[in-house]
Amino acid sequence: MSAVAAPQASGYNFAYLDEQTKRMIRRAILKGIAIPGYQVPFASREMPMPYGWGTGGVQVTAAIIGPDDVLKVIDQGSDDTTNAVSIRKFFAKTAGVATTTETKAATIIQTRHRIPERTLTEKQTIVYQVPIPEPLRFLEPRETETRKLHALADYGLMHVKLYEDIARHGHIATTYDYPVEVADRYVMNPSPTPKFDNPKMHMSEALQLFGAGREKRIYAVPPFTKVRSLDFEDHPFEVQKFDKPCALCAATNVYLDEVVLDDRGGRMFVCSDSDHCEERRAEGHRGELSGEAA
Amino acid sequence: MSAPVITAGFADPVIAAQAHFHALMDALARPGSIHDFPAALDAPAPLTPELAATALTLVDHEVTLWLDAPLAASKAVVDYLRFHTGARIVADPAEAAFALVSDVAAMPALAEFGQGSDEYPDRSTTIVVAVEALAADGSLQLAGPGIRDRARIGIASWPAGLTAEIAANGAQFPRGVDLVFTASGQVAALPRTTRVSEV
Amino acid sequence: MYVAVKGGEEAIDNAHGLLAHERRGPVSIPDLSPDQIENQLALAVDRVMAEGSLYDPALAALAIKQARGDLIEAIFLVRAFRTTLPRFGNAEPVETGAMAIERRISATFKDLPGGQVLGPTFDYTHRLIDFLLAAGVTPPAPAEVTTEQEASPRVTDLLDGEGLIEQELRDDGAEVGDLTRAPLDFPADRDLRLQALARGDEGFLLALGYSTQRGYGRTHPFVGEIRFGEVMAEFVPEELGFAVPLGTVSLTECQMVNQFHGSAELPPQFTRGYGLVFGQSERKAMSMSLVDRALRTREFGEDVVAPAQDEEFVLSHCDNVQATGFVEHLKLPHYVDFQAELGLVRQMRAEYMARQQELKEAAE
Repeated sequence: MSAVAAPQASGYNFAYLDEQTKRMIRRAILKGIAIPGYQVPFASREMPMPYGWGTGGVQVTAAIIGPDDVLKVIDQGSDDTTNAVSIRKFFAKTAGVATTTETKAATIIQTRHRIPERTLTEKQTIVYQVPIPEPLRFLEPRETETRKLHALADYGLMHVKLYEDIARHGHIATTYDYPVEVADRYVMNPSPTPKFDNPKMHMSEALQLFGAGREKRIYAVPPFTKVRSLDFEDHPFEVQKFDKPCALCAATNVYLDEVVLDDRGGRMFVCSDSDHCEERRAEGHRGELSGEAA
Repeated sequence: MSAPVITAGFADPVIAAQAHFHALMDALARPGSIHDFPAALDAPAPLTPELAATALTLVDHEVTLWLDAPLAASKAVVDYLRFHTGARIVADPAEAAFALVSDVAAMPALAEFGQGSDEYPDRSTTIVVAVEALAADGSLQLAGPGIRDRARIGIASWPAGLTAEIAANGAQFPRGVDLVFTASGQVAALPRTTRVSEV
Repeated sequence: MYVAVKGGEEAIDNAHGLLAHERRGPVSIPDLSPDQIENQLALAVDRVMAEGSLYDPALAALAIKQARGDLIEAIFLVRAFRTTLPRFGNAEPVETGAMAIERRISATFKDLPGGQVLGPTFDYTHRLIDFLLAAGVTPPAPAEVTTEQEASPRVTDLLDGEGLIEQELRDDGAEVGDLTRAPLDFPADRDLRLQALARGDEGFLLALGYSTQRGYGRTHPFVGEIRFGEVMAEFVPEELGFAVPLGTVSLTECQMVNQFHGSAELPPQFTRGYGLVFGQSERKAMSMSLVDRALRTREFGEDVVAPAQDEEFVLSHCDNVQATGFVEHLKLPHYVDFQAELGLVRQMRAEYMARQQELKEAAE
């Protein structure tokens, strides 16, 4: 029988991917930037983490990251969620890069489901993990068909769907992964971020890259690019509003998580963006449940 | 007769490729902005170190490469690129994923390069052009994605008629070519989305 | 006072520590060696190699041990390892006609050159639990073959001689695709379809193949032949220009022969469905060949009416590493999206209640 040749962790290339794979991904990223919102097919590799757990985002990050970068990874807005911890560790181990939980200190932010509350700058790139990149997928499951619709810029299906929502409920019933139109042309999935975050994508100073590993697509929104959430004149796009400020840092106009306190209907609302909340508390902001010693 | 020697590629291929890619990515994401491109390569003339660095960063055996006449005429250039990239060199610019242009004055019309299709607009040529100089605040005014309001760049020498060709290229969006310009130690880009006017 | 959940890193490390502990089990029981897995759970090893698409029995055995016997997890481990391997080039097509046969059966001919060779098979065993195995008995030596192996031409080649079966396309010189190196687009050619099926989940293909037998895209199949044995893998290094042997691999090949009534362009003839997998897996090879034939529906001018005939459906969903990843990703936190949905459902309920109230008041 043959012996198993086991590569050491240090035996992998910088940022895990081999150079040929990085070149292939880099080419796709450049085309994505040149065609904002268009999904570029790429030969997604099988990563040492499951499909659906950020393999697209990880491949994009691995292709762009350099030794001087500082990486932040968030899941649901938080640096401490298990998948964020796992991905951050992966890059610390395979690329030896500095990592941070501070939004302002990061050069690359890989995210699942949120855009940080702090406005991103032109020194930063945000990498979104995308499960289903195709905005028309749930209206038309066939790739051969959706590709034609994008080619023709025929987004009638999407408008019909949104309009049916209005007819039925009086408003659009999509709350996350809310479709956007990029640079007046492609309709794009922003990934399952709450629609609360959509306005942050519009004319962002940061480069926004999207990686869908299982579906083998990369797309991009360059900085200073129009990103319009689809709506109707008589039913303009609106974001979620919360009745209360964050119970820990008293922030308003941020996205909040609902935390169940007991089995008698007790609830509290706290910042989904854990770094933002910590920074505010460090600055002395106090919410109603933060306690004095916090 | 001695065998020609192929000069070296990047001293540290992993780090150098990342640094050059990062400059290219920034250049395309922010059209007209000029980025350091410290291409320390001993490439055979007329292949400039910056053209060589772009090729080594992005090109390999999985893609096609077109060379303009002065580059294609040099066996040293062809050997260098074949050795370091393994790219399939094609004669028809329409088939090229990447094109290297050493003589901007004699560059074929943009329409002769690969334009991609409406369904796969990414299957178009990225044209990498060596120019004499890049300057911030030059005579070209730029607008489009990646640009806050307006941007300015100077590209020497800017061929007569290229502005009109870029307008025609942009008019067929999402199809179209993307342009990367390199000068000594610098890179800038005009993706297909950028509108260019001369002021 | 509320404190946000912290310490994810430590929790993960602890979970992995516990996993390693559970994997080993009680230390009073001897540790299982990859050698034992490779040799005594050989069919599990074969499946992991086939769907992991990497021929390395020792590695597959180790992956099975690491995965605690979860074969899809083991396949995933092998795939992730495979990605990192450098590629030197493509092997030459293997000649299954020259296979050193361990098993070979045909359901279409009673006897044929090379004969029927039963080999190691569960077929005709009575599925009675063998309690003697628990005691670890050594079985008697198997019967030895005393004659030289006769040449065993493929059944489909025998039919081909009579022109009764569609001609297998000869090498058209086109490069063979590789869906692990280039993104799949549709319609996909048969090379890519077969690659996807060879890597595809055995259970998924089994169910699809079964569905064609029950009328969801019926293909009138006969097992022309199933053969299992070793073939030589060869490689032509560019600097040598001739093939050099790399070693032998065990393969199962299934050629399904399907009745076809003909169309405007094609005369009535038999058509083919093809299955080829690493190791011994007749179930997988047969399922693959049923689905391969079903996916050729359009080629024969038939209508796509059943799931097994739908290329985009089959190829997009046959990969168990993709499927398990996406199904299992639902256990990742989704509380941001759920919060958004909570808000919406509360709003819509309030609107509904208000409408009901209005109706009630109007009625009164």
